[in-house]
Amino acid sequence: MRIEFTLNSESVSIDTEPQRRLLDILREDFRLISVKEGCGEGECGACIILLDGKAVNSCLIPAGRIKGSEVITLEGYRETERFRILMESFEDAGAVQCGFCTPGIIMTVESLLRENSNPTEEEIKKALSGNLCRCTGYSMIVDGVVRAVKKVKNDGKSI
Amino acid sequence: MVKAFRPVNLDEALNIRKENRVIPIAGGTDLMVQKRRWAGLTPSFEYPLLFIGHIEELRGIRIQDDRLRIGSASSFNELLENTLTPSVLKDAISGMASYPIRNMATIGGNICNASPAGDTLPVLYSLDAVLILSSLKGERRIPIEEFIKGPGITNLKDDEILKGIEIPQYDFDLYFYKKVGIGKVTSLSKISFLGLANITDDRIKDIKVSFGAVAPSVVRSREIESRIKELDREEIVKEFNNIKEMYSELIAPIDDARSTAHYRKVISLRLLEAFLTKEVQ
Ligand SMILES: Cc1cc2nc3c(=O)[nH]c(=O)nc-3n(C[C@H](O)[C@H](O)[C@H](O)COP(=O)(O)OP(=O)(O)OC[C@H]3O[C@@H](n4cnc5c(N)ncnc54)[C@H](O)[C@@H]3O)c2cc1C
Ligand code: FES
Ligand code: FES
Repeated sequence: MRIEFTLNSESVSIDTEPQRRLLDILREDFRLISVKEGCGEGECGACIILLDGKAVNSCLIPAGRIKGSEVITLEGYRETERFRILMESFEDAGAVQCGFCTPGIIMTVESLLRENSNPTEEEIKKALSGNLCRCTGYSMIVDGVVRAVKKVKNDGKSI
Repeated sequence: MVKAFRPVNLDEALNIRKENRVIPIAGGTDLMVQKRRWAGLTPSFEYPLLFIGHIEELRGIRIQDDRLRIGSASSFNELLENTLTPSVLKDAISGMASYPIRNMATIGGNICNASPAGDTLPVLYSLDAVLILSSLKGERRIPIEEFIKGPGITNLKDDEILKGIEIPQYDFDLYFYKKVGIGKVTSLSKISFLGLANITDDRIKDIKVSFGAVAPSVVRSREIESRIKELDREEIVKEFNNIKEMYSELIAPIDDARSTAHYRKVISLRLLEAFLTKEVQ
């Protein structure tokens, strides 16, 4: 099946099996290796990307679904101002250890911030309920997001 | 062999459905897990996929003829964000899966997957939901309890697609929803319980009780409910053991990786007790 979609702001077209996982397309065909495979069944969140602006698990998305859609991975997102702020805040909070879970977490946070630019700690925790981290114990990650939200508020810019 | 179809509208989808043996796929969160293979390998399906998640006629949440109409391909997060969604349904959905899964998973998929642990099912049974099934012949309407036949088994015909869900408008003064799982989210239910009641001056005007994950499909008995409706609140407490006996006969749980049959039975009857002898009082 021929599938055209937008990937990190570029129009792309591929010919692939319609039931092939978006995760494999991104990693193998486009070498976007920020997208990780942890569990392959929707439980860990390491493979999360933005599909039409919303966080989804790319291990559960068959190729046929993304026709005409916009896909953003961390490789595209890292060019944004919001990423810079999140990166700084994650560093300050010590929210990254091995880093395997981080791309999925960043993309989930971006999806949350698009819906709600001023989330509470509770809302951040709920949004991250599908992201497993085996290193940090989560509180540093939540702290990283809280710091980013505060930083933007103090700058008077909206995140 | 054609591996998949991606129709532009419902009519085209129904034509494909009539002419071919296909597997409809909406959010894919059940199918892609069921058909997954080793890391990096493409899932394999017995029949071509029919992508339906993007079809306009299957989307949207609105009031029509005094009833709530939910498009089958509405995602759980779309339902959570919509002000028309009944709060009991929102409560059940917000305890389901994780935020990214809820961006993909659809209510139609939850119904058609017909898992005994499907979390929207007890709510839809209690709300007297009616399903709208489309085929080239037209539409048919069927109450959810007649559609779901058993674990993974439904009354969906080979040429049909679930178009939407219709919920009559109800007003309840009381609802009691409990999902018992291992963690707060991302865990499938061991048991779920939903009790709805409408009480005017000591009399139970209406009551609905549904149990999830304790039998091959959701347990709801209109017969027992109408017996309860004949009682006032005090009598309910006195008669509780009889009511419990009646439900106990319908509850036939299994042992599985998540829980044991014994635990499920004991806890679900305790939730019934909490609802009838405390909440309703
Ligand atoms: C990590 C994870 C956590 C989960 N947690 C929960 C949970 O807490 N509670 C819960 O209940 N479920 C849970 N699920 C299961 C799943 O997400 C839900 O059952 C979901 O509602 C399925 O919807 P879908 O659109 O993704 O289904 P799909 O996989 O697209 O389809 C499921 C089935 O329904 C059929 N189908 C779908 N739409 C239609 C239609 N319109 N007409 C006819 N047939 C149709 C398909 O052919 C298939 O047989 C979880 C899944 C994952 C991966
Ligand atoms: S690899 Fe997709 S959720 Fe774990
Ligand atoms: S930092 Fe290692 S898994 Fe999260």
